[in-house]
Amino acid sequence: MTATAEAPAEIGAVETFEVTLRVKRQNPEGNDAHGPGEEYWEEFQLTCLATDRVLDALHQIKWNVDGTLNFRRSCAHGVCGSDAMRINAKNRLACSTLLKDLNPARPITVEPIAGLPVLKDLIVDMEPFFASYREIMPFLMTTGPTPERERLQSPEDRERFDDTTKCILCAACTTACPVFWTDGQYFGPQAIVGAHRFIFDSRDEGQWERLEILNDRAGVWKCRTAFNCTEACPRGIEVTKAISEVKHALNTGEV
Amino acid sequence: MQAPELKAPAFVRSGRSRTQVERWSWIFMRASGVILIVLIFTHLFINLLTGDGVNQIDFAFVAGKWASPLWKVWDLTMLVLAMIHGGNGMRLLINDYARTTWLRKTLKVALATSVTLIIVLGSLVIFTFDPCPEGTDPALLNIELCEDLGRL
Repeated sequence: MTATAEAPAEIGAVETFEVTLRVKRQNPEGNDAHGPGEEYWEEFQLTCLATDRVLDALHQIKWNVDGTLNFRRSCAHGVCGSDAMRINAKNRLACSTLLKDLNPARPITVEPIAGLPVLKDLIVDMEPFFASYREIMPFLMTTGPTPERERLQSPEDRERFDDTTKCILCAACTTACPVFWTDGQYFGPQAIVGAHRFIFDSRDEGQWERLEILNDRAGVWKCRTAFNCTEACPRGIEVTKAISEVKHALNTGEV
Repeated sequence: MQAPELKAPAFVRSGRSRTQVERWSWIFMRASGVILIVLIFTHLFINLLTGDGVNQIDFAFVAGKWASPLWKVWDLTMLVLAMIHGGNGMRLLINDYARTTWLRKTLKVALATSVTLIIVLGSLVIFTFDPCPEGTDPALLNIELCEDLGRL
């Protein structure tokens, strides 16, 4: 038997694997096989790199397999929050989820985020979500003359609301919330996070107007602390904790 | 280029309430929940884990317990808190799941009626309870208690 040296792996080469993507699709105009607005699952067999994210797999489908697949994405680096979707029954950003972390041996399911009307394939109508955000008035409210310099704040005051400044409005939390799914009136976790960012900002003076809005029957009291939002947040914001802090402020009258 | 004209939002939230109802409902649920844990687990412990356990529970056992005002108040508090706590929870579920005003109203009326009925019936039993009804087989009665009361 002659000893044969195995061909050395090419330096820098990336492993590849086969993966099945099950995508939930819907076309408002219908196509040959499916009626208008009919929901159906479609499977795609792909060869992906070990470094690929779900977004890369979706790109591969759209660019090389089926150009009719629709999904949102903008920056593709987990900053813009456009590509939140339900991947393997959990809300995540497609651009920050690696395929290899999802057990590629089994089909990976990709669905639109739940609780918002689907427009086409993975694209949902975000308007109810943004409407809630607008209602909590996500802008600095002050009284008195505008200072000539920037409004200063101590590091401790800034630390108070640091966590909720990380929100990128991807809607992963709101569309993971069981109360939001069943109750079309609830503001949803994101709007409360958005309000928290201003309520606990020492420079802002509109906190009681926002708290008044969240004291509504569609507001914070609808939260049942299911913790789905905290689990879903791709930025790691402690959403349920932020909601509890708003409840606490309403109960004690202290901000 | 002209700026797009701003339109009123397509989704307007209905039923704005400026009251504190939801806040008090939330506080009540927290407080009554804690109290109910103590009341219910003590109740279960006394009834099932002390003495003869589940076999001891009969008319005579209840009569003996309700001879003491403590257990009357205990059971009444448990009844009222549990019914309102559970009823309020059901109200939240109805608000979540019942989509039409008609269905929501009907379910809430049915819920309020059943909660009131059970509280009234339960309190009536606690307050008008007769430990030694006339003409009952003495074997079923709490003999010790009825002799003390001079009814046997």
